[in-house]
Amino acid sequence: MKPNELNIPDESKRSAQKEIQYVFEKDNLLKSEPNKYKLEDLKSEEMILSIGPQHPSTHGVLRIEVITRGEIVVDVVPHLGYLHRCFEKHAESLPFNQIIPYVDRMDYVAAMNSEHAYAMGVEKMLGITEQIPKRVEFIRVLVAEMNRLASHFVALGTYGVDIGAFTPFLWMMRDREHIMRLLEWICGARMLYNYIWVGGLFYDLPVGFEERCLEFIKYLKPKLLETQELLIENKIFIQRTANVGVLPMGLAINYGVSGPMLRASGLKYDLRRVDGYSVYPELEFEIPIGKGEMGTTGDCWDRTWVRLQECYESVHIIAQCLERLTTDHKRTRDFDPQALVPKKIRPKAMDFYVRAENPKGELGFFFRTDGRSDVPVRCKARSCCFSNLSVLPEISRGSMIADLIAIIGSIDFVLGEVDR
Amino acid sequence: MVFEHIYILLKNNFPENTILEASPESIQPYLVIAPSEIEKVCRFLYAHEQTYFDFLSCLTALDNGKEAGTMEVIYHLYSIPYDAKMVLKVILERSSEGQTLPQVPSVSSVWQTANWHEREAFDLLGIYFLNHPDLRRILLPQDWEGHPLRKDYQHQERYHGIRVAYEP
Repeated sequence: MKPNELNIPDESKRSAQKEIQYVFEKDNLLKSEPNKYKLEDLKSEEMILSIGPQHPSTHGVLRIEVITRGEIVVDVVPHLGYLHRCFEKHAESLPFNQIIPYVDRMDYVAAMNSEHAYAMGVEKMLGITEQIPKRVEFIRVLVAEMNRLASHFVALGTYGVDIGAFTPFLWMMRDREHIMRLLEWICGARMLYNYIWVGGLFYDLPVGFEERCLEFIKYLKPKLLETQELLIENKIFIQRTANVGVLPMGLAINYGVSGPMLRASGLKYDLRRVDGYSVYPELEFEIPIGKGEMGTTGDCWDRTWVRLQECYESVHIIAQCLERLTTDHKRTRDFDPQALVPKKIRPKAMDFYVRAENPKGELGFFFRTDGRSDVPVRCKARSCCFSNLSVLPEISRGSMIADLIAIIGSIDFVLGEVDR
Repeated sequence: MVFEHIYILLKNNFPENTILEASPESIQPYLVIAPSEIEKVCRFLYAHEQTYFDFLSCLTALDNGKEAGTMEVIYHLYSIPYDAKMVLKVILERSSEGQTLPQVPSVSSVWQTANWHEREAFDLLGIYFLNHPDLRRILLPQDWEGHPLRKDYQHQERYHGIRVAYEP
């Protein structure tokens, strides 16, 4: 095809390729994803209820096989994989820097955080962590915390919809839109950024960004309080979520649950403090934990409350980053965020596991490199939503079906990361 | 708590051929454990009062290819009370598609995290975990053929009549 020529499909070619695309057989679906429970195994008055994969309350393409006795949930079996895109197989054939867009698409509501974790891991393998300029690190933390806010807004908003409160969803989406636009100003994309590169950033902050971001922070603080009063402290909301889906701390740790879910169960465990990566040791923030104020520690209300409290902390961190970015690490004419970006990323032969705190929990990457190529031999993503979701059967046994929806919402998973 | 400490602790409590290799110099030190002993070692590290490895961060399986003839399962442990990390490895004999799968005892009775991670390893790499409570495929459909993350994986031509290879 010549340049500037329109790409019009050739109809004659098309008809020649008329091949069968899908062979319908009656038990295709049963063969591809059969239920775990057989009808013979059920006791009397029990039945199988299949929720999803297109049900809105499963937050994506998750299918849950629920065994019920009347209104009571006897067992829950999640069926995953409807959004599986072979991230790990793709990663085995791509150079390190080209994997970043795929990492974006794992947790697509918090892409900056995933990029941050990934870039940090590869930099540690290269041994250039110490050389990264402070300004780059502060910008990384700034955008990651903004994305954490956006992710928690989605979590809180959609959880409200699950419970039956529609207004908070619209409010949260309105506030999230500001963040999306700010991030779009930074890098040109609204959700899948490819902004944090190995060794640096795609671009410096645009001129005037710091002022606009500060304005946004001022605007946001009262809005968070509004949300707290409208949603979290609402009497109906408390009645729907308190004492529902209680997750004890020991069980949470045993299931590898991390992030706000683990903190809601009462453990002060935040990788930003525990590992102290990037510039987090220089920043001040609290780690909110669930205390069981409205019911039992580790119930759905605690999880939501911890997420909202983390929003306040993120706002606090953003304010500190902006302050540092306008004083100690000012924008200079000759500052190049791409200065340290390696042309060829070729770490020595090693195994390396890196982890970081995502809005939803501990995101880890395991790399094995052979030292001869710039393609990883193996790249495994330890997804936080995957482990968090695995606790669902344990906490929903014995609850009502309506509460099951509340429990699923409170876990706050993104199927893009569960299935990878 | 350092790597040597755990190494000596394990050496004193297990028979001689349990730890096959120790690598304290690597960037993240690891121990290679005999496949048959892995569950006992994990349970020991989980319960011992000087270690308390209560959090299984990650469980990775990988294929070293046909020439090496081995597969590996890598356990990343973390101890929340002691803030300590540990890496355990198990090296298994590799088997090709169609032959019996390489086997390793499941650690899902120690950490429930391993339940789904082992299912994923079984699904994508074809490693059989003994005594696993519910070993089914997790990400791929149940009637998918082969294990995609193996180095010599060849995908099937059609799945339910759908062409698998993408040809633009």
